[in-house]
Amino acid sequence: MSDEATRRAVSQIPLLKTPAGPRDRALWPQRLKEEYQALIRFVEQNKAADNDWFRLESNADGTRWTGTCWFIHELMRYEFRLEFDIPVTYPDTAPEVAIPELDGKTAKMYRGGRICLTDHFAPLWARNAPRFGLAHLMALGLGPWLAVEVPDLIGKGLVLHKERQRDEAAE
Amino acid sequence: MAINTACNELGQIWMESGVSENAVSGHIQLIIPGETACFACAPPLVVAANIDEKTLKKDGVCAASLPTTMGVVAGILVQNVLKYLLKFGTVSYYLGYNAMQDFFPTMHMKANSQCNDRYCRIQQEAYKKREAERPKVEVVEVEEEEVVHEDNDWGIELVSEVTDAELQAASGTVPDLPEGITVAYTIPTQESPRGDMVEETEQSLEELMAQMRKL
Repeated sequence: MSDEATRRAVSQIPLLKTPAGPRDRALWPQRLKEEYQALIRFVEQNKAADNDWFRLESNADGTRWTGTCWFIHELMRYEFRLEFDIPVTYPDTAPEVAIPELDGKTAKMYRGGRICLTDHFAPLWARNAPRFGLAHLMALGLGPWLAVEVPDLIGKGLVLHKERQRDEAAE
Repeated sequence: MAINTACNELGQIWMESGVSENAVSGHIQLIIPGETACFACAPPLVVAANIDEKTLKKDGVCAASLPTTMGVVAGILVQNVLKYLLKFGTVSYYLGYNAMQDFFPTMHMKANSQCNDRYCRIQQEAYKKREAERPKVEVVEVEEEEVVHEDNDWGIELVSEVTDAELQAASGTVPDLPEGITVAYTIPTQESPRGDMVEETEQSLEELMAQMRKL
């Protein structure tokens, strides 16, 4: 892993016990409970560290997740909606997190808004699957991606803060 | 991976191919569930790129064209499919393509008896039974590919930021690969979880979802 802070944040997230994917009718509900537990714990840790940066929730059977993530840059908060499906081969394959509103604005993104993660992510996930869960995906995948991409996009003028968007629309 | 899982469940023979993002290498692979390595049997294989750093103007970016390499690999893939279906020539189990030096390593990787995919392991059992029942046939052709052993020496690593000792501990089983092919990464064998696990909870899924929403 590249970042000490990331490594520390991830090591505090509890690992998951049940290796089950969405097709395991018997064990998936248990896995889903563990996912929620780990996510709740992670968000609480973030709040305690004054670094609360995302929310997630799922549909009833936990196969589709949506939420928001935000990033503070120069005292302004930029919010984005995010979404992903749980792949058939989860937890061996990680879900592909997508931020549809940024589609087309950065090279680090596949069509449809799926974020492109660095080479570090895949081996890390493979080594730790199935103990890694969605909380780890957030911490290791989306978090670092936002940290790198959002300032860059703001700098290039591709992402405007909502207030400025409203002002521009009013003019 | 999803296709791999499906084919393992159905016992479907299939071929897959891939091209590296920097367009300097690619490969095709024939997968027979139970007999040859499935997609999950080993970490992704990397055909050595042999990029001469001095020819790169930008960091790690080579001038190679992705559609061109894809075209080459697509042609090789279709060729292999035709050979399989129409029964001519020798069907390659694995053919790598190193575009920088026009090097085509080939090999035959057997299935991993400890593959993560349950159906791969089931297929392997079925395959062993079929092989045992089949009468012995004289094998005439010379095997060009190297024989693969499970108990082994630790494969060749491309880039390593850790010491050799740490690397050996972290490597786990690595297939014995011919020159020019390595694994993209290794998976350590030890099962010990290095962190806290989620605890047992009395709360139901609905309660957890509600708790999440209130955060």
